[in-house]
Amino acid sequence: MSVAHCGDFRQSYRDDTKILETRFVRVSVGVFLVFLYVFPLFSSNYVTSTMTTIAIAVIGALGINIVTGFTGQISLGQGAFMGVGAFACSYFMRVAHLPFWIAMPLAGLTAAAVGMVFGLPSARLKGLYLAIATLAAQFILQYVFMHLDPITGGSNGIQSPPPEFGSFVFDGDRSKYYLTITLAVLAVLFTTNLIRSRNGRAFIAVRDHHLSAEIMGVNLFKYRLLSFSVSAFYAGIAGSLWGMYTGYISAEQFTIMESINYLAMIIIGGLGSVLGSIFGAIFMTLLPQVLTVGTGSLAAIFPKIGFLIMSFKDGVFGIIVILFLIFEPDGLAHRWRMIKAYWKLYPFSY
Amino acid sequence: MEFYLQLVISGLVLGSIYALVALGFAIIFKSTGVVNFAQGELMMFGAYFCFSMVVQYKVPWFWAFLLTLVFSVLLALLVERLILRPMIGEPVISIIMVTIGLSSVLRSIVTAIWGTQIQIYEPPLFPETAVNVMGIPTSQVYLWSFGLSAVLLGLFALFFKYSKAGVAMRATAFSNQVALSMGIPVKNIFALAWCIASVVSAIGGILIGSINGINVQLGHFGLKVFPAVILGGLDSIPGAALGGLIVGVLENLSDGVLKSVFGLQGIKEVAPYVFLVIILMIKPYGLFGKKEIERV
Repeated sequence: MSVAHCGDFRQSYRDDTKILETRFVRVSVGVFLVFLYVFPLFSSNYVTSTMTTIAIAVIGALGINIVTGFTGQISLGQGAFMGVGAFACSYFMRVAHLPFWIAMPLAGLTAAAVGMVFGLPSARLKGLYLAIATLAAQFILQYVFMHLDPITGGSNGIQSPPPEFGSFVFDGDRSKYYLTITLAVLAVLFTTNLIRSRNGRAFIAVRDHHLSAEIMGVNLFKYRLLSFSVSAFYAGIAGSLWGMYTGYISAEQFTIMESINYLAMIIIGGLGSVLGSIFGAIFMTLLPQVLTVGTGSLAAIFPKIGFLIMSFKDGVFGIIVILFLIFEPDGLAHRWRMIKAYWKLYPFSY
Repeated sequence: MEFYLQLVISGLVLGSIYALVALGFAIIFKSTGVVNFAQGELMMFGAYFCFSMVVQYKVPWFWAFLLTLVFSVLLALLVERLILRPMIGEPVISIIMVTIGLSSVLRSIVTAIWGTQIQIYEPPLFPETAVNVMGIPTSQVYLWSFGLSAVLLGLFALFFKYSKAGVAMRATAFSNQVALSMGIPVKNIFALAWCIASVVSAIGGILIGSINGINVQLGHFGLKVFPAVILGGLDSIPGAALGGLIVGVLENLSDGVLKSVFGLQGIKEVAPYVFLVIILMIKPYGLFGKKEIERV
């Protein structure tokens, strides 16, 4: 096992931007990746399909973290852009008969284009204008989903055909999982590299101090719009995967609650952190399931207050978000770093 | 013609209620810098509390109304002290998110206490017989709502202009630091802003509740106020009033026209948001908003 030196001994810029710094980290990430691909062979369908939803959430959360966490612009429309991706992907596959491999990126681009329409007016303003514009986008798109019958099936929703590769059809829990996790890993890799790149540094500069960024020659409008459309692209991909996962999409799956859920994910996970997006996605996907089981068993013990407990599910979500914001504003990613720092010098921490 | 006139009248009524809630929103934003996504839930809570008093405990309307106002002040103080005060100095996104979390907590409390079905004030707040306005039969609740909102908006305009607390609030809005150094208790001003916002929202909630009945969907009303405040200018109080009226009328007119001409249903739900996007495109700082100029 090799550990990092005590103190910072990075001597080149290349050292500084390394993703996996030590051999120990490289090995453990490798083991984790192998684990991700091997465990469905042994796990139940329930676990596998939960992991699939987590992987989809990771892609969506990475997207919103790019615009909100790294560029500092709040987006309240991630759910609706996922919807655009899902419906677009289904439309391309059913009507244009494109294979999933082409339909999915196209759906991502569609979501990015729709996002741009709403992002354009607000990207030239600072502060919360994007939040309000995306809120409008959320409600307008939801209306469109409900009423654009030929593409979205209106209030009935519409089928989303499974992807095919040659004669192989991705319709089992396991095959869907493999497809999703591969894309999620790629999304993590892409985001990490995006943040290291010139564009990513520009995003962070815009977030930290927009005036200084502009003085340094960062075009605010361009990078705000870019980060927002990349985020919508991620949402589109996540949406098409969601369509593939459920096989059936309808407007009710992409409400404002979904958007708020994604925002909560990155806040709980950690704003401006790739790892945080992953933690947040895991947390927010598992939380409702734990709550359902918990409230269900509590309701079984105290049948009289069962209704009360059930209605507090929504409230628990709110309370958790508030508590996180007040007591752990940097999210789970920060806690993770603290734990790592603690063990790094264990048992001789000073 | 009468059809359109009727649309305009009900639009003005709706708009005056928008204006009230928008006023609450603008007061909070102006003095504390918080974008309050829980405005609709504050409104809903007030409406439900009043419902409880009037229908479940048979309190006469006048006292029920006063009790509701007292209750919304207490609720606002609680929210401000417990949730918003620890957030002072945090980035905008955290504050926005905290109000979103607050809204879902309030919504779940309302569901737990009052359930999800539509509730109706019984006995009604205003007599149900219609009266004629320029030859158009209009229900009295419309007239009362409009009148009450107008009076409240007027009172608040005077409050900000002449009362000591109102001037202190404007000073706080201008700059927290300067206000502090002039001896203004900024924390109390923040609490006061929340109280006023909660009270006007509760009144708005009772008015809209006596028109349409109340249910959990009322919370979305708070979000539909955004177009009004953006049109008026985020930090302008007369702007909020005017913006509310304009958005209310536009919403009703476009709904009526599109329904009768193109047969489109449910435009009412999205029309304000479409205006919002259009306003952002052509006049992002609104009619009266302070234009922030930053040059590099």
